[in-house]
Amino acid sequence: MSVFTVARLTFLEARRRRLLQLVLVMGIAFVALFAVGYYLIHSQGRFAMVGERLEVSNILLLMGLYAANFLGVVLAVVMSVDVIAGDIGSGAMQTLVTKPLLRWQVVVGKWLGLSVLLSVIMTLVSAALVLVAWIISGYLPDHLPQGIALMVLAQLLVLTVSIFGGTFLNTLANGIFVFMLYGLVFIGGWIEQIAAFAGNQAATNLGILISFILPSEAIWRRASYLIQPTFLRQLNAGPFVTVSTPSPATVVYSVIYVGVVLALAVIVFQRRDL
Amino acid sequence: MPPSVIETENLRKVYRDVVAVDSLTLSVEQGEVFGFLGPNGAGKTTTVKMLLGLVRPSGGRASLLGYKPGEPRAMAQVGFLPEHFHYHPWLTANDFLDFHGRLYGIPDSERRQRIPTLLERVGLGGRGGSRLSEFSKGMTQRIGLAQALLSQPAVVFLDEPTSGLDPLGRRQVRDLIRDLRSEGVTVFLNSHLLSEVESTCDRVAIMRRGRVVGLGTIDELTGMQLEVDVRASGLNDDLRVALAAFGRITFSKGDRLTIQAGDESVLPGIAAVLVNGGAQLYSLTPRRLSLEDLFVRLVEGDTA
Repeated sequence: MSVFTVARLTFLEARRRRLLQLVLVMGIAFVALFAVGYYLIHSQGRFAMVGERLEVSNILLLMGLYAANFLGVVLAVVMSVDVIAGDIGSGAMQTLVTKPLLRWQVVVGKWLGLSVLLSVIMTLVSAALVLVAWIISGYLPDHLPQGIALMVLAQLLVLTVSIFGGTFLNTLANGIFVFMLYGLVFIGGWIEQIAAFAGNQAATNLGILISFILPSEAIWRRASYLIQPTFLRQLNAGPFVTVSTPSPATVVYSVIYVGVVLALAVIVFQRRDL
Repeated sequence: MPPSVIETENLRKVYRDVVAVDSLTLSVEQGEVFGFLGPNGAGKTTTVKMLLGLVRPSGGRASLLGYKPGEPRAMAQVGFLPEHFHYHPWLTANDFLDFHGRLYGIPDSERRQRIPTLLERVGLGGRGGSRLSEFSKGMTQRIGLAQALLSQPAVVFLDEPTSGLDPLGRRQVRDLIRDLRSEGVTVFLNSHLLSEVESTCDRVAIMRRGRVVGLGTIDELTGMQLEVDVRASGLNDDLRVALAAFGRITFSKGDRLTIQAGDESVLPGIAAVLVNGGAQLYSLTPRRLSLEDLFVRLVEGDTA
């Protein structure tokens, strides 16, 4: 019960801080820009073959989704970075945890509120991009529900790490912690791709190993792999073609990862003095 | 005798190598207004935080309403105004109270009714729609107070409730504490404002460097340390030496002297020494210390 009350407050706060309104306006601007670009390329580009038009559609849509994924991750960090650390720093946490609730309910409640909020935003933006592509060019990617679900999962991975960091770091330190971690696995992801392309097994393994630290990039690559039509994947061209594809086990690992890191956040928060 | 609302036994908190609270043993009974006095850094806030489950004790035991501190069953009946109260500035006063009312599990209809009444009670009537960011320091303190009274608690912890309030606000808080007492609410008041404590509290503990150095009703505490003014002719050094057995002589000039004595039981003895020693006793006046004198004496430590 208290979990949902705390989660509900996260919504209320996002509205009172005008975060929702801002995300809505910026989201519309983002989709509109994508639509204009997509339309211009399709109406004025010259395509020799049907396959070429399809490939351009695929690359454009993946580019849009990649940007949405990145913005989603940034939004996840920005919205959650001070959600626990900030309340501890300002003293608001003292008022909150002396209510008849347990500390885990505070952590899980805030996590739940932000998860729902971020998932809805991510789903709406990605769905809007797909809709734009479909209306303009009739192009519909493969495995759409799974793809969007994975993008949401990538976002939740980063959100959970940020909530965890907030239980023992101050707001600024937590922001640095999460973004540096994200940067690390970002580089790890490219090492894995390029090494796989060059056929270097040791470097590929290093990249895979790094992605265990925070599997958000690996999840995005699995999403982009699933979304692309099979025959385009086999063409093996373009920046979104994944040479080394994360396996379904990565998804299982990520779900467990979210659970374990959230549990750690609860344990650390329960033990600390406020 | 009803069970104690607050009980601690050898409660202790050590931060790295600083002892914030050192073997604190006390009990607060139901309906009492208990004043917790001490200079800044004496361990008052740390004690309250341990009683509310915000801080884990390094040793000892504490119970609140018979439960472990922080347990929801206890916290449902507890109100708390933290020191330097602060809450999310983007919320309106109504949002804020409504959210915390939900956490207490107060039903919708009840909340709608109680919140405006509470705002009225703390002097913020009609300001429910204002954001906390628009509130002055004193108004912020008042909304914090409203939050502490939201669940109609059995125990209220107030940590420096009048900090940031003007004289009128201070008086309102004093009146509020008196009202709570008449309603049978137990109040645990942290303060370094002696006048506030003197005018509201039934019992007082004085803390110094994490230890209780004085505990009792204000009468008991101030009665424990008398100053006795003596006016007598024929005072000589022999008499002064004899009188020093009752307490330190803090003033002596001509036929007047002042002895810092214990309680009233010393008075007949002093009179007997004077009369038997050949002095003419004109007056023997016991003077109670003010709480402030006592506080200063206990907290600074007697340099005698």
